[in-house]
Amino acid sequence: MFKKMLALMLVLLLMATALVGCGGGAAQDPAPEEDQEQVEDQPTEEQIKMAMVTDVGGVNDQSFNESAWNGHKQAEAELGFSVSYVESEQDADYERNLETLLDAGNDLIWGIGFMMTDAILEAAEFNPDQKYAIIDPDFGENVVPENLVGVLFKAEEGSFLVGYIAGKMTETNKVGFVGGMDFPVIHGFHYGFMAGVKHANPDAEVLVQYADSFVDAARGKAIANQMYQQGADIVFHAAGGAGDGVIEAAREQDKYAIGVDEDQNHLAPDHVITSAMKRVDNAIFMVAEMLKDGDYAGGETKVFGLADGGVGIAPTSDKHVPAEILEEVKQVEQEIIAGKIVVPNNKDDYEANY
Amino acid sequence: MLDSLGFIIGTTLMYSTPLIYAALGGVITENSGVTNIGLEGMMTIGALIGATVGFYSGNPWLGFLAAGLAGGVLALFHAIASVTFEADQVVSGIAINFLGPGLALFLSRLFFEGATMTKAIPLDSKMPRPLHGIFPRNSFLDLVFNQYATVYMAFLLVFVLWYLLYRTKLGLRIRAVGEHPRAADTLGVNIYRIRYLCVILSGVFAGFGGASMSLAIVSNFRPTLVSGHGFIALAAMIFGKWKPQGAMWACLLFGVSNGLVVYLGRADAPFQISVQILSMLPYVLTLIVLMGFVGRASAPAAVGVPYEKGER
Repeated sequence: MFKKMLALMLVLLLMATALVGCGGGAAQDPAPEEDQEQVEDQPTEEQIKMAMVTDVGGVNDQSFNESAWNGHKQAEAELGFSVSYVESEQDADYERNLETLLDAGNDLIWGIGFMMTDAILEAAEFNPDQKYAIIDPDFGENVVPENLVGVLFKAEEGSFLVGYIAGKMTETNKVGFVGGMDFPVIHGFHYGFMAGVKHANPDAEVLVQYADSFVDAARGKAIANQMYQQGADIVFHAAGGAGDGVIEAAREQDKYAIGVDEDQNHLAPDHVITSAMKRVDNAIFMVAEMLKDGDYAGGETKVFGLADGGVGIAPTSDKHVPAEILEEVKQVEQEIIAGKIVVPNNKDDYEANY
Repeated sequence: MLDSLGFIIGTTLMYSTPLIYAALGGVITENSGVTNIGLEGMMTIGALIGATVGFYSGNPWLGFLAAGLAGGVLALFHAIASVTFEADQVVSGIAINFLGPGLALFLSRLFFEGATMTKAIPLDSKMPRPLHGIFPRNSFLDLVFNQYATVYMAFLLVFVLWYLLYRTKLGLRIRAVGEHPRAADTLGVNIYRIRYLCVILSGVFAGFGGASMSLAIVSNFRPTLVSGHGFIALAAMIFGKWKPQGAMWACLLFGVSNGLVVYLGRADAPFQISVQILSMLPYVLTLIVLMGFVGRASAPAAVGVPYEKGER
């Protein structure tokens, strides 16, 4: 009997350890924040407080959360904001963390990532006086409350630019696109990229295949291997973790790959020639500026594209892409901003124009 | 045509390898009478430790061994809980499945300045490919045989484990402990020692499986890397009737269907099938084979039952 009780205790302990490992984030506010809080008690009362809740990736995820935090730091440096963050270790933390930041008296609270949509909608409805904003929301049928701003990105415009680069740089006139899942968000990458390739090189063929997974790296690798085998020499992916496999295939086959969302050159410095980036940092900074100027426009979804620096190509592009092609990319960028080139984000628009 | 075949075989081998390691881990522990549904958690920690040690030491073999060690340490917890303290083995396994990924995330942040994914290992210090560069690139032989060392070792391990279980005294003891521990005990076999050994070995194998993903299939760890492979391996082990060679065939079946998903879904396939339907293929195929060709599966009699000395 004693043994059984001991066993039960042990298992409970194991479970508790596991849960502590998962859920400890909210309590561990980052060290720098404490310093700021001490400082911010005395100075000007006008200092605007902005804070963000990360999704499960954490603040150093080398992706959206990190980029979002960079936007906050920029707002701190250039606009004099007081900024802080809270990390979520699991989906269940979102509501609690939003509550924590509400109690801390922030002027604007950010949720990073579409997974937080429901939590932030609820928070915004319960606290009508608190301003909220969210990156990449999926509001669906919901009406956006007056105290919430959604921030979306024109992924197709960034994809068009990397497509243009791929179209110019391909030597086999064949490039590839590996999508995560076959749904509208990814179609923006898909058709934007195809349009960019065709714009640069009407003869080029684009091989397209979906992995039906954002996590299956082996599937991504197999698809990319097959594309390289079929003669493609540059493959662009919008497939999250499955895309790691695409980049790995490029390394092994000594071909080129194009990263997505963040600058993925660090994954394979000799083989990732550019990346279609979402500039979450810029978007957050722009919303922060609006907030400071009193232009906070709640109740709507803002879409950032090339024109306002919301999307773009990776800064490391110049390592592999010849300077003259980058010059052309700048021109194309201007034409898109001026509306001379219309970038499709779905099949119908693509087929109507190309 | 030959190239297509080569591609499917090559993809099958790549896909099956991590599953084979983990499934063999399942085979050895269940044959000794201890269920281990914590394979997923052990693979995750193995994948992280493999990628981390591989990155910092520049030596993939060190990473691979460290991954096995990490999986083994996690398995030791499972052994303590389920062998010594006779806890419910499923509950302990679930705890391991929480603990593994949580710990992996925590350690990743510790080792990589707070990042949740590890840095990419350069191609030269990944697992070696023994037959790389011998055949012309993307020829049939290249596609089939130019695999990472982990792939060959997985099949070697299948043979070693088969030999151990069915051709050695230790194997006989392991199976006796899994079938009828009381009888084995009366014959002087140390049940606890055998079970500890097998559970720890299962963690070591699962850790190898994780490392075969983070050191060969890709070259970095991210929290989503091992998403469900441990559970598929568990299913493959049962599918393969708790035998090493059976588990291997089950993993290969799963691998080949994944190869077919990619092959049939390619851009210039003669007939286009929706990717969602294609993605069901591995599971549908598994069900069909399970129903049609595999007879009744019987687990070792004492699996999941803690052994208490002197209890009647």
